[in-house]
Amino acid sequence: MSATPGLGDGWRRLHPLSPLVRSYRGVLAVLALAGLSTSGAVGSGNAPRWYDLALPVIVAVAAIVNWLVTRWKLDGVTLRIETGLLRRDSRQLPIARIQAVDLVRPFLARMLGLAELRIRLAGSGHADGRLAYLTEPAAVALRARLLAAHHGLDPATPEPAEQIVTSVPAGRLVGAAAISTVTTAGVVVAAGLVVAAVSPAGLVAVGGSLAWWLIIGGMTVWRHVSSQYGFTVAASPDGVRIRRGLLGTVAETIPVQRVQAVRMVEPLLWRPFHWCRLEVDVAGHAGVEGEGTGSVRKALLPVGGPEEAGRLLRIALPAAPPFPAPGDGSAAALPPPMPLPAPGDGSAAALPPPIPPTSPSRFTAPPPRRARWKAPLSYHFLAAGHDGTLAVAVTGRVRRETVWVPLAKAQSVRFVQGPLQRWLGLATVHLDAAGRRVRAEFRERRQEEARSLVAELAALSRTARRQESRAAPAAPGGPVVAGGAGQAASVAPPVKTSQSEA
Amino acid sequence: MSPSPRLWRMRSAEVMAGGGLLAVAAGTAAGLAAGPAAAAGAVAVVVLGSLAALSFARNRFRSWAYTERDEDLIVERGVLIRRLSVVPYGRMQFVDVSAGPIDRMFRLATVKLHTAAAASDARIPGLEREEAARLRDRLAALGEAKAAGL
Repeated sequence: MSATPGLGDGWRRLHPLSPLVRSYRGVLAVLALAGLSTSGAVGSGNAPRWYDLALPVIVAVAAIVNWLVTRWKLDGVTLRIETGLLRRDSRQLPIARIQAVDLVRPFLARMLGLAELRIRLAGSGHADGRLAYLTEPAAVALRARLLAAHHGLDPATPEPAEQIVTSVPAGRLVGAAAISTVTTAGVVVAAGLVVAAVSPAGLVAVGGSLAWWLIIGGMTVWRHVSSQYGFTVAASPDGVRIRRGLLGTVAETIPVQRVQAVRMVEPLLWRPFHWCRLEVDVAGHAGVEGEGTGSVRKALLPVGGPEEAGRLLRIALPAAPPFPAPGDGSAAALPPPMPLPAPGDGSAAALPPPIPPTSPSRFTAPPPRRARWKAPLSYHFLAAGHDGTLAVAVTGRVRRETVWVPLAKAQSVRFVQGPLQRWLGLATVHLDAAGRRVRAEFRERRQEEARSLVAELAALSRTARRQESRAAPAAPGGPVVAGGAGQAASVAPPVKTSQSEA
Repeated sequence: MSPSPRLWRMRSAEVMAGGGLLAVAAGTAAGLAAGPAAAAGAVAVVVLGSLAALSFARNRFRSWAYTERDEDLIVERGVLIRRLSVVPYGRMQFVDVSAGPIDRMFRLATVKLHTAAAASDARIPGLEREEAARLRDRLAALGEAKAAGL
């Protein structure tokens, strides 16, 4: 393979403006630094020298070379991306194994009408495919092709219609972000007041640092709001679509059957407003953005009420009734909203599991009273339950978390008993899903109950797994390795092949 | 089933070697600083500590157990924190067999089963080499036969 591949044979290059968009930040930063140092603001203030310009030039040239040697090709069931000048990296992304497809548009790219396509697979972050940048229509078209092929349809199928499920008003976003920083701000202000009271002379210094803290707090709020601005969730037969962002925008598509777990988080300060955050875990790795490791955690609802959360939950969970087929996607076909109790009503044990009313469900009895010694604060929130398809567990006092894990996605069942728990005759059962800290914890159950729970959950998840792999040929885009669907059978086994030729 | 008795020998050898070195070091230091009585005391303390460590290691060794069932592997371990993991073969991503220098001296190996969940913790230390190879092959074969998608 030559270092500068010829194009043809279906190979394509990224958009010619990509190097500009990818490197402008680095170039600007270096130039700004050079400008500062020559103007005397930083350093000794010498006249501009030729090597002040060398670094930005190197960055720019590297970006251009990178663009020249990168090419991609959609090859039936595989997306191939080749890049690298010295160390050639050729990766093949089997479309059937896609976990999620993101369309990312940073500010400058958006101005130029470009978009980056990020294809997430399970496994390490290096398995992710990134195409930065394509023109926006090309990126949208490629996403449609990838998702159609992923679901075993003809790649030329147009992107199916979607229906908007919910969108988050900007006011609520600002409020939620502000409340979250209130605690820190309060502590800082209190500390400042104490210092000022002790030594009035220090007032100036305190005022200065207070200003800094306000700026930092403001920036935190701004970052939250600008990345979540205009948060819209739409359901389509492709999966759940999430669109967000103020300056740079992100559009994520998560195939529903790829959801490993759903989590509802209710921070203490949000409870008066009955707000919660809903997150989904998708197998894979947060790549360069570093939003977590092991699995990708995506906000399904950055902040919202219980009714919205319930509706989204029903859409994101595979245990919910199947999605309407493409074509008859109408609002009426959506499952009815699931009633959730108002967060913070304190009676978590009475919380009904979000399970279709027809399927058998049961919430195990609350932990025994002696668990108070082990979990004095969270005791009265602790609750857990399961049925044949889904496990749900509630934990935490200050940050109440409810986690739903479909049994078909369970990776392992664990019984853990610490010394204090052994003394009290209690134990915790973990149901792990793919990812680093993705699990439902049945906390502080009676020891005997926990033992039988382990056996029961293991057996139930085995049955659920079998059912899912049996359903795979019928349900498009089911589990791939199970090898039922014709699409899946023709996929080459390796998820990623990277070869390095010096 | 449980790990090989050689694991216990390895662990006790480790504790005794570490305890011996520590005893010599502590004895020399105390002897130089405060005379022979202190040296004897320091050595006694280290020896007692090593004995306690030895009994803990004994319990730990005894706590390891694993069972191969039709569909899953069960691994039990731990003295202070008792853990039991049930890992279905179909969820296996890959099997790791590793043996450090001390393991190799005792002809032992550790088999580790990896799933997509970081927390599933199916590690079996101190297997005799043949048993480790057998388990590895069996797990790999079962993992392939029962593989399920993510």
